[in-house]
Amino acid sequence: MGNHISLLLVVVPLIAAPLVAVLPRGRLPWAVSFAVSVVCAVFAGIQLWSVLQGGVISYELGGWAPPWGIEYRIDAVNAFVALIVAVIAALTLPYALHSAEREIPEEKIPTFYSALLLCLTGLLGITQTGDIFNVFVFLEISSLSSYALISLGKSRQAFTSSYQYLIMGTIGATFYLIGVGLLYSQTGTLNMQDMANILPSVLHLNTVVTGFTFIMVGIALKLALFPLHLWLPNAYTYAPTVVTVFLAATATKVAVYVMLRILFTVFPQTFTIATPADELFILAGMAGVLSASVYAIYQKNIKRLLAYSSVAQIGYMALGIGFATTTGLMATLIHLFNHALMKGALFMAIGAIIYRIDSCRIDQIHGLGRAMPWTFGAIVIGGLSLVGVPGTAGFISKWYLVTAALEQSAWIPVAVILIGSLLAVVYVGKLIEALYFKPLTDNGKVVSEAPLMLLVPTWGLVLANIYFGLDTDLTVGVAEQAAAILAGGLKP
Amino acid sequence: MEFIIGHYNYWVVIVLMMVGLYTVISRGNLVKKIIGLNIFQVSVFFLYISLGTVEGGAAPIIAEGVKVYSNPLPHVLILTAIVVGVATTALALALVVRIKETYGTIEEDEIHNLDHSL
Repeated sequence: MGNHISLLLVVVPLIAAPLVAVLPRGRLPWAVSFAVSVVCAVFAGIQLWSVLQGGVISYELGGWAPPWGIEYRIDAVNAFVALIVAVIAALTLPYALHSAEREIPEEKIPTFYSALLLCLTGLLGITQTGDIFNVFVFLEISSLSSYALISLGKSRQAFTSSYQYLIMGTIGATFYLIGVGLLYSQTGTLNMQDMANILPSVLHLNTVVTGFTFIMVGIALKLALFPLHLWLPNAYTYAPTVVTVFLAATATKVAVYVMLRILFTVFPQTFTIATPADELFILAGMAGVLSASVYAIYQKNIKRLLAYSSVAQIGYMALGIGFATTTGLMATLIHLFNHALMKGALFMAIGAIIYRIDSCRIDQIHGLGRAMPWTFGAIVIGGLSLVGVPGTAGFISKWYLVTAALEQSAWIPVAVILIGSLLAVVYVGKLIEALYFKPLTDNGKVVSEAPLMLLVPTWGLVLANIYFGLDTDLTVGVAEQAAAILAGGLKP
Repeated sequence: MEFIIGHYNYWVVIVLMMVGLYTVISRGNLVKKIIGLNIFQVSVFFLYISLGTVEGGAAPIIAEGVKVYSNPLPHVLILTAIVVGVATTALALALVVRIKETYGTIEEDEIHNLDHSL
């Protein structure tokens, strides 16, 4: 069994997906999906544990030796990301039961769970595989299923935003494909490790540089790096809330992981630093943090507000990548984890409000904080974590990010990070003001607290936000190992 | 001249790629956008297939007297990419059908007006 876990992590949801689609309506599809997600989370936990104990796991698919066969190669970096994805899935599914019943037509429920599992398969697949073309295949599995998931939203804009995402996503994936083709033409291999060994001898070729650029732009589209983020706010706003929770907490994180892999494992770091890639990441990161945070302040729809905030958070991760130091990468990895926790918690809490009042407009939620104290509490703590208040997970990310910037005496990014946090105070404050300090809009409806099935996963994430803000052994420890792997030859 | 003729298929790839991308960006009709996307993807398929050819190489089937074979791997990769492309097109068209049902139009600017005139 031991080694097969790496493969099972992908195969279990893949097999369950078509199965769930043909199950009868009712709660059976949900139960099966939930069971699958728990199994995946356990596998991902075991995988990370064994990687931390025993080093890199290499799994040869079908017994074909790499570099000819496909290899799943797991080190601390992807084991960590896989754990994030699997755990978020396992927390999203209990939440999905009521939320999906409310927001998705009954006859589509089995296919909804099927698409969700396929999306999980794709995301986990990307993290597991050590084959650069295989990444493309899994990327498309997760993207296609997320287009379908987004289009399940209630309003008609769900269709147009899904279409918009499809066009942008496909262009991104095709750019990635072009890049992989160009790299293959010069190295003759698709195995990341093998490619990493061969690339140094062909780096002077224009083809390789072009391939690198195509891959960067393609993935930047997928990870919604400013200014390629235009698909994200619409997609997150009009998707069913469960889908938003899941995608916001996992999809962009996995794209960040692919970016890190290509930049630091496949290509030698000296090359990455010699190209303008790192400066571009810092620039795009800063622009993203500032502009998206300002946009967030002016949103009238809470989901859209948080979506813009996600674009800003991706900006922070891009800053960490751009610094290209061990601390910078650590900050990116820590923020990857922490942002999944805080955005997951916030979107879940918003989902609880939508469940009760069927609206996510900021002028409709006035005074609801007193009617839904637990939901309100979750938004407050999630919001504080987003701002980066000490004692929450968000503080740890910001701390490492600022440390990384100070190490390089990069004063402008430091200022941007601090201004970004202040802007976050404004938009989070706007939410809290509407929820608590505005008088309740009297429309005759009595709003009560959200059902327990929504609150428990939400508070699970909220408590995790606090826990990982106080005890950083797991996040910082793992991120340190992972960053060391990525930054192999980098200056400390 | 040698450079242009010798890289004949790559020029075709570049032209198709630009035609495809331009169509996606410039057309307001959602179906035409999908057509553009398809042309764009096909150009990448051509790129891969061109990469796999070895000058004077035969089809990669073991036969007597053949010394040089073309590289079959890019072709296999592209089979996968074609499947992905078909799935994407199918999904995109399905979305367009739903958009037509709910909005009554598939012109981007009209959809935009419908969403913002409320």
